[in-house]
Amino acid sequence: MSNPMEQLLERRENAEKRLRREKFNAKVRITVGSATCENAAGAPDVFKKIEELIRKHGLKDVTLSRVGCTGRCDMEPVVTVFSQRTTPVKYIAMTPDKVEKVFDSHVLKAIPLKALAMPVGVVQDTDFTEEKLWADARLTDRFSSVFGDVHFFGKQMRMTLRNCGVIDPEDMDEYLMVRGYQAAVKVLTEMTPNDVVNTVIKSGLRGRGGGGFSTGVKWNFALAQKNEEKYIVCNADEGDPGAFMDRSTIEGDPHTVIEGMIIGGYAIGARVGYVYIRAEYPLAIKRLELAIAAARQAGFLGTGIFGTNWDFDIEIRLGAGAFVCGEETALIRSIEGERGMPRPRPPYPAASGLWGKPTVINNVETFANIPVVILDGPEWFSSIGTAKSKGTKVFALAGKVCNTGLVEVPMGTTLRDVVYGVGGGIRDGKKFKAVQTGGPAGGCLPESYLDTPVDYESLTAAGSMMGSGGMIVIDEDSCMVDVARFFLDFTQDESCGKCTPCREGTKRMLEILQRITSGRGVEGDIEKLLRLGDTIKRTSLCGLGQASPNPVISTIKHFRDEYEAHIREKRCPAGVCAGLLTFSIIAEKCIGCGACKRKCPVPCIAGKPKEVHEIDQARCIKCGQCFEACKFDAVKRS
Amino acid sequence: MAESKHLCDCQQQVDEVKCLKRLDVVIKEYREKPGALIPVLQIAQGLFGYLPEVALKRISLGLDKSYSEVAGVVGFYSFFSTVPRGRNLIRVCLGTACYVRGGKQVLEAIKKHLGIDVGQTTPDKLFSLEVARCFGACGLAPAITVNDDVHQRVKSAKVHEIINSYRKVPKGKAARQKRVKS
Repeated sequence: MSNPMEQLLERRENAEKRLRREKFNAKVRITVGSATCENAAGAPDVFKKIEELIRKHGLKDVTLSRVGCTGRCDMEPVVTVFSQRTTPVKYIAMTPDKVEKVFDSHVLKAIPLKALAMPVGVVQDTDFTEEKLWADARLTDRFSSVFGDVHFFGKQMRMTLRNCGVIDPEDMDEYLMVRGYQAAVKVLTEMTPNDVVNTVIKSGLRGRGGGGFSTGVKWNFALAQKNEEKYIVCNADEGDPGAFMDRSTIEGDPHTVIEGMIIGGYAIGARVGYVYIRAEYPLAIKRLELAIAAARQAGFLGTGIFGTNWDFDIEIRLGAGAFVCGEETALIRSIEGERGMPRPRPPYPAASGLWGKPTVINNVETFANIPVVILDGPEWFSSIGTAKSKGTKVFALAGKVCNTGLVEVPMGTTLRDVVYGVGGGIRDGKKFKAVQTGGPAGGCLPESYLDTPVDYESLTAAGSMMGSGGMIVIDEDSCMVDVARFFLDFTQDESCGKCTPCREGTKRMLEILQRITSGRGVEGDIEKLLRLGDTIKRTSLCGLGQASPNPVISTIKHFRDEYEAHIREKRCPAGVCAGLLTFSIIAEKCIGCGACKRKCPVPCIAGKPKEVHEIDQARCIKCGQCFEACKFDAVKRS
Repeated sequence: MAESKHLCDCQQQVDEVKCLKRLDVVIKEYREKPGALIPVLQIAQGLFGYLPEVALKRISLGLDKSYSEVAGVVGFYSFFSTVPRGRNLIRVCLGTACYVRGGKQVLEAIKKHLGIDVGQTTPDKLFSLEVARCFGACGLAPAITVNDDVHQRVKSAKVHEIINSYRKVPKGKAARQKRVKS
């Protein structure tokens, strides 16, 4: 009987043979990005069209497969065409019509259609071969050989998302080709649980879900517990609005999460793992189910995994739509089948968690980093990042930025590099106002803070936080008081109601904010908000409550003048808060067409045809229909 | 996704009996499993399309939990609904990215088009409207989902086109499509 590693390598050889026969040795290999976002952008139709074209032309040496998300949300769907000895070409914003043109040119005539392709960067691999892609290189090196140094990817480093957009998430053989499950087998056969924990501690890996607690120390704590029954839980309840890296990781590379959990389970002594995933992510659930089934069939999950005497299996639990369940003690209650309400800590879950047993809960991104730590070594891993924050962090870059999408940068990269370097700056030539990080628990940072490096400590010191990695760029068109109100509305709605400061305090804060945004703010409201916020921060039971005032406090700190304009001048500088708007007609621009007058529901606009119209401010209900109706920009909103 | 499988959409007695029978099988299967309540409720909602009182009572007896505990869990999680939903569930994302890119206007447009408020169902039982907190499609903001289909970069002026495309599909076909997608 050969040892587990030999067996795994043999399996990989067989996988390679199969894949060479079916996919890689083709003259042209086409991949279509097909995560949730790409599917929404029309990837399934593009996929069907390519299938149809291959059939129509009877091409035997062209293969087609799906891959996960490449992170270029604004350019989706992305179709990549690989052929030996040339740079892989990424075609963007494909439609069935466009893909037909690409097919005619690139596949049939071997002439890449530059006009429809993603712009290429300085460094390109002009001698790309499939061998290079599957070589036993460092796990993180593969991505750039496919995606090259395109401006967007150039400043990035793909560690968590190393296989997303490279491999077919529904084909385990492709995961094996990228050294899949080798870390798990190495751990199971060559290392003791203590070795694993020490390796992870040495790497400096910290929880990617927001807290930033050392993963290795957490594992060590659970390992030290003397208990036959322990659990390991993957927190995929990605509730932060604006964060979608966990969804993308699972949709693009589900096996890496399973592998991370196997390693974590072995390290702490847990034989059962749970993945708690949001029900809002049907595709991620489906891919994870497929991956678990494939792993079970291969003997990677179940009894005696990989031919060793270690047992480990994973069960999926679906969330039911409660944001607070991202908090670990609430998540445990939810898996137990109860209302997801947090409880005071200690005892920490590592001592007493699921069904009272020692439990480790890690985020998807954390688990995805584990194979990298094991195979490429903790020394290499800790060489990336800052003194206290190691490795990379994935951010979901969204809002008013040119390149929206998932970006992964080494810790310590500045916000400016992310927003302007990777993100390409603000859309439509507007002015940058703030960047919001950390979701509803985080804060808004103004331009003067753009040189803050992204790591746990620096962001917290600046008054925001890392959180799960949502990064939303806000431009001059947004009102910061309204943004604060939006987040408070969210946390107030999602507050579980167990502790009073969070339940009642957020409600009162929200009421004050609603008053301010509707023009009924009074002197002293800002101070009241700050005092309430401070109390909630210090007295709430769980992280949700403690962090809920952050968006308000940070916007007051950095944008106090906007609050004051609302309260004192009854004016919304950004022109967002409907209650504070006035609509007026600019006499020089009005041609008297009457379009506004016809739309006005009150009606409060008067004026003869071809003469300047006027709005009766006393009767105006500020619905904004005249503003939208005017074709000559003659209606002013202020 | 359990939720989208509205196997017995029509509120007929026969179907309810059939659904209850299926529910009994599910309860039996899950009875011994720890933490069974939420998965059973999710499956039940998939069967009935919502959680009628009769189903909750059956679950409470079957899993040996007090009715108040079951009702407490149902009330806590936003995915559970105790009122019948329309055949198509429209969810408008009001996550941060969608919010700053006009999700609110999209919601207003849909409300106006359907003539219902959030949490309500149209009188013809075709559409229900809900608000969601991020589908993770932030790069495509503002986004809405109809059943399991994500629609990206929705413009408030175009919402009627999306809604109408679900109006025309005959019932049997819609249910089939949904099942294929989930």
